[in-house]
Amino acid sequence: MAKDSEPLFSSKNLKLLTDPLNNKNPITVQVLGICSALAITVKLKPAIVMTLSVMVVLAVSNVVISALRKSIPPRIRIIVQLVVIATMVILVDQFLKAFAYDVSKQLSVFVGLIITNCIIMGRLEAFAMANKPWPAFLDGIGNASGYGIILIIVAFFRELLGSGTLLGYPVLEKTGLYNIGYENNGLMILPPMALITIGIIIWIQRAKNRSLIEE
Amino acid sequence: MKALRKYVDKIKPHFEKGGKFEAFHSTFEAFETFLFVPDKVTTSGSHIRDPLDMKRTMIVVVVALVPAMLFGMWNIGYQHFLALGEQVSLGQAFWFGFLKMLPIIVVSYGVGLGLEFLFAQLRGHEVNEGFLVTGFLIPLIVPVDIPLWMLALAVAFAVIIGKEVFGGTGMNIFNPALTARAFLFFAYPAWMSGDQVWVAGLKHGLQAVDGFSGATPLAEAAAGKIDQLPSVWHMFLGTIPGSIGETSVLAILIGAFILIYTGIGSWKIMLSAFTGGLVMGLILNLFAANPYMEIPAWEQLFMGGFAFGMVFMATDPVTSSQTETGKWIYGFLVGIMAILIRVLNPAYPEGVMLAILLMNVFAPLIDHYVVEANIKRRLKRAKVSVQ
Repeated sequence: MAKDSEPLFSSKNLKLLTDPLNNKNPITVQVLGICSALAITVKLKPAIVMTLSVMVVLAVSNVVISALRKSIPPRIRIIVQLVVIATMVILVDQFLKAFAYDVSKQLSVFVGLIITNCIIMGRLEAFAMANKPWPAFLDGIGNASGYGIILIIVAFFRELLGSGTLLGYPVLEKTGLYNIGYENNGLMILPPMALITIGIIIWIQRAKNRSLIEE
Repeated sequence: MKALRKYVDKIKPHFEKGGKFEAFHSTFEAFETFLFVPDKVTTSGSHIRDPLDMKRTMIVVVVALVPAMLFGMWNIGYQHFLALGEQVSLGQAFWFGFLKMLPIIVVSYGVGLGLEFLFAQLRGHEVNEGFLVTGFLIPLIVPVDIPLWMLALAVAFAVIIGKEVFGGTGMNIFNPALTARAFLFFAYPAWMSGDQVWVAGLKHGLQAVDGFSGATPLAEAAAGKIDQLPSVWHMFLGTIPGSIGETSVLAILIGAFILIYTGIGSWKIMLSAFTGGLVMGLILNLFAANPYMEIPAWEQLFMGGFAFGMVFMATDPVTSSQTETGKWIYGFLVGIMAILIRVLNPAYPEGVMLAILLMNVFAPLIDHYVVEANIKRRLKRAKVSVQ
């Protein structure tokens, strides 16, 4: 068993963490999970909480499925995966309701909808079913971070330009911009701007990395 | 003119390949073809040869817009002094409006053309002429007191998100001028609607005399104050508050005449759009569930930006239907949607902008089915003749 001696953070394992942040980003490259990215990025705080929730669900589900991967009959694997994800989502939902009720209110149905987030099913199917628990764990963390980083960038601009605050703190008011006639951009709060912001991120990313451009 | 030609020829080599200003080739090219008709001749491939290139086409539209702009300038001054209760001469009113309007035009062209040139340099293609018209349309469809930085932002949004991401002029899905207006409308509603923004100064604390209302006919109709609507004659002449260039139906009709006479604008779209508006107005008249619906259908056509939108925006050759049958359908639906949104949706007092943007999306679909139907019809005919 020479393979077991592979270090925990070998370059191959590190790639599992860093690839989804850029070249294999779930949102901007694979275009998955767009729905929640539009819905909960009006403010920064829900976006961060959403990121953490997805991270917990994805990492734990990945590990569980990876550990069970040899005993899951292939014909019912989707159902087994869904059971694991649903369990995790319910746990996270209950946790949020207990300790962060306000945010839970804002996220409303979207915590429950993590179950249907394509990123999670996709990673379980594509990675956890074929890899050991530790790489599966790293893959989960990596993909959730890739998802979260886009969410947080979008939410940062939408909250800053749309409401003039960051995490509820009135940043723009302190700088005195309003006194010289600045006004919040009402369009940033509306869903289309989330789509356009993601579009701009995709534009910048592909301008920098031309290999991502589709034919 | 000769001296100019000589000068252009003299500096031309610097901008050609290998010259010292090679990087600015597209900028030079843009100015040269702006000043002189290009000497490029199509030699193969195309069937229609026309001396009218895109710059000359665009200039005709700008000329057609001039009456509306001149009237808009005068109306700015007229409304302003009317609110103050002062009597001023025509020249004074015009001068006041001119000074108010100039910065708006400068910002619109400055920001828009600046971005167009930037993108042309970056991408190494020629500067597109489309913005000549867009930059002229935008000042005519905003309220006079719009803060200039908002306008600049909207123009940048329209050029970059509305046009350049799709590949520049000719590739855009939405009319860029309306994209700018939609941006302003949703981003800064306080500056784009209400009773205060349409007359210069009201938003900045100008005290209007008693009895003066800065509300547009549309706003009054939406509020149910039908009896306070200005007379149709006033709406036709345009001595009412509103976006700068949209108030005078008379000036717009002059523009429409120029567009139709030169063949630049599609009379089919204009005619079917007005018909659509009239039909929808008549349908609403039939129901007449509230005072707004009872406004005579033909009066609706004089209100708000209907005439301006149908003549100058709906006929945009890039974003409207391309097929001849498609133009009838497209125009008719624009007219119907404009009146429908205006009357039935209280959140949007003016439906023309949204109606045209919506139909812009459907224009390619209409074209697709028109072409498909044509293919089917001809196939059928071919089969019959074979038997």
